[in-house]
Amino acid sequence: MSFGPSPWRQAHWDARAAGNFICGGAGAGSIVFAGLSGADDATLTSLILTGLALVAVGLTCVWLEIGRPLRAVNVFINPRTSWMSREAFTATLLFPAGLATVAGAPGWRWAAAALALAFVYCQGRMLQAAKGIPAWREPLITPLIVASGLAEGAGLFFFTSPLHGVGTRLSLAIFAALVLGRAVLWLVYRGRLSGVAAPEARAALDRTGRVLSVVGTLIPLGLLAVIAVATVQQAIGLFAAIAGLAAALAGAHLKYTILIRAAFNQGFALAQLPVRGRQP
Amino acid sequence: MTRWAMVADLRRCIGCQTCTAACRHANATPPGVQWRRVLDMEFGEYPDVQRAFVPVGCQHCEDPPCMHVCPTTATKKRADGIVTIDYDLCIGCAYCAVACPYQARYKTDKATFAYGRATVSEAKLEDDARLAVATKCTFCVDRIDAGIGRGQRPGVDPEATPACVNACIAGALAFGDLDDEQSSVSRLLAENQHFRMHEELGTGPGFYYLWDKVAA
Repeated sequence: MSFGPSPWRQAHWDARAAGNFICGGAGAGSIVFAGLSGADDATLTSLILTGLALVAVGLTCVWLEIGRPLRAVNVFINPRTSWMSREAFTATLLFPAGLATVAGAPGWRWAAAALALAFVYCQGRMLQAAKGIPAWREPLITPLIVASGLAEGAGLFFFTSPLHGVGTRLSLAIFAALVLGRAVLWLVYRGRLSGVAAPEARAALDRTGRVLSVVGTLIPLGLLAVIAVATVQQAIGLFAAIAGLAAALAGAHLKYTILIRAAFNQGFALAQLPVRGRQP
Repeated sequence: MTRWAMVADLRRCIGCQTCTAACRHANATPPGVQWRRVLDMEFGEYPDVQRAFVPVGCQHCEDPPCMHVCPTTATKKRADGIVTIDYDLCIGCAYCAVACPYQARYKTDKATFAYGRATVSEAKLEDDARLAVATKCTFCVDRIDAGIGRGQRPGVDPEATPACVNACIAGALAFGDLDDEQSSVSRLLAENQHFRMHEELGTGPGFYYLWDKVAA
């Protein structure tokens, strides 16, 4: 039994925190997809540098949000239990690994991709560990955040494809699988929040779900289907760019909603009401 | 061992907010920050309605999510169950605040006072170390430790007992050692039916709510 008061939206993390999840997730996803796509050296370099820049922007957003920025180094103290510490350590290792890849060191492409994957996984676990917000603590938040980060990273790859080509058919297939996987995870995640999250949170999630379905899923998949049968290279590049942009923007919108608009706590609840009228 | 805990008798609390005022006076919390607050909750529809006043704050959990998520180890749990914050370690990321299911944590970026300028009491207790970092109810840990140092018993001797418990005019709040069968909290829990808030989350709150006598 839950009697309220009504849940309210958390005000501790604002758009700057969302910026870390949006930029960091897309950046890490870009580095992972750069490894998976088998891109040539020049493309790989630009993708990894873009990914690292996005991760750096995200971390800067967080740094601007914390109350005591001059003590930011303390974030490394508790990797034993804190996913925020683990995220910080992963990011610290990701930058040299990414730069080593850019410098042409053999084998570092996969190390950078693995660290980027770990980084976005840490972001998912960070939300899952926040027990105060029902929309975050749902365990499916972690695979959803990871899938969305990877889909956004792949989206950035295809958004810039007019510059470097769409790559192999396998790249297209992976992108389609990520977009589809994100949509499926979203549907299951949303279903599990029924009756758990606050009505306002569910309404915000439903609005974003419609955007994710159309802009983040149907449009990219439709354009990828066209690309699969198209023969005009200019059209392929344009369609791939639109599909990539749609997937990336829908992912950013999804994360902003989860971090800000749907971040309602659960309020207070009494398991029993006081029994009065007798001498206590 | 000792496990400090608080008990709130929902049948006794009248929502006078004296505990809130006492906490604010003892800890000089700024406007808008209530380490001990009392919710005024209404249930049902006319004419079948009921009202309950519910003291809330940090529950000093057995397995505090705020401590696990803290990237700096600023949030710690003592052997006696009291969850503390090291203001000098905290970076003010507020991760603990979103991880707390009891909305017990606050972060204040600049010093503010109820009447504009600091009163004598506020000026005496004002602490810049508490700015831009997480703060919350401490169970008046300084009073407890000092009292124990003087040979007093928290929950029995007022000087060693949290200010909110001392101030409660209805005797709705009690404090003591759960591991001591003779403590007031142990006796109250034995004699009354009780629950803890959001127990399904597995945090093991050290804050109990009494709602009825134990069935005969």
